Amino acid sequence: MAKPSNIPECLITNNIRKLRFATGEMTQQDLADRSGVTRQTIVAIENGKYFPTLELAFRMAHIFNTPLEDVFKADFPSPADGSTA
Amino acid sequence: MESKEKQLILSALSSILILAGYTGYVYSNYVSTNPTIVNETRFWGLSFLILIPVSIVAQILIHILFAIFLKVASNEEMETKLDERDKLIELRAIRTSHWVFIGGFLLAMASQAAGLPTWVMFCTLVLAGFLSSLVSDFMKIHYYRRGF
Repeated sequence: MAKPSNIPECLITNNIRKLRFATGEMTQQDLADRSGVTRQTIVAIENGKYFPTLELAFRMAHIFNTPLEDVFKADFPSPADGSTA
Repeated sequence: MESKEKQLILSALSSILILAGYTGYVYSNYVSTNPTIVNETRFWGLSFLILIPVSIVAQILIHILFAIFLKVASNEEMETKLDERDKLIELRAIRTSHWVFIGGFLLAMASQAAGLPTWVMFCTLVLAGFLSSLVSDFMKIHYYRRGF
């Protein structure tokens, strides 16, 4: 289903790379094995090319022992100037 | 190149080989000796029904041989895990390949509407099925390379 044109795009970023290094330099393969996905999927998520399902996102937050907001961040453009807030 | 991409290229190549081999076998054993057989619907029905199991068995054998070759040559395991991204990529590729097959199906029906011989319809259907399978594999490769 297409998104209505008046809904602004939001920018979703993630801190997975930082969190991996902060968690004992966890490798992409380790994270993939613990999340139940392939390493290629972790690479795609880290590069912002693929957005995971809520289940996988929460699983990753659980692995890093941190709230979901620390793993993924969404920036919505403010209505006034169109910049992200 | 990732393991999934290698598997998809192998799948596309084996589809080409299997169809070429099967077509060559049917042509040399049946069509070349009796060209009018292409106008018999029984011939086409049997050809389709035999092609399906032959294709499945051949694909399985080729994949087993490739897995053994990969293990011996580079000590690399074939990726068998299917996660959420793989499933989404598969769905997207199937959506595109279905459109290709529908296009082929419409062309096949158009050939009959235009009064062309029945064998044109069957050949178009085989070609549509083959092309949709190739498109599915190449779309998957495209999505894997792009990330999603």
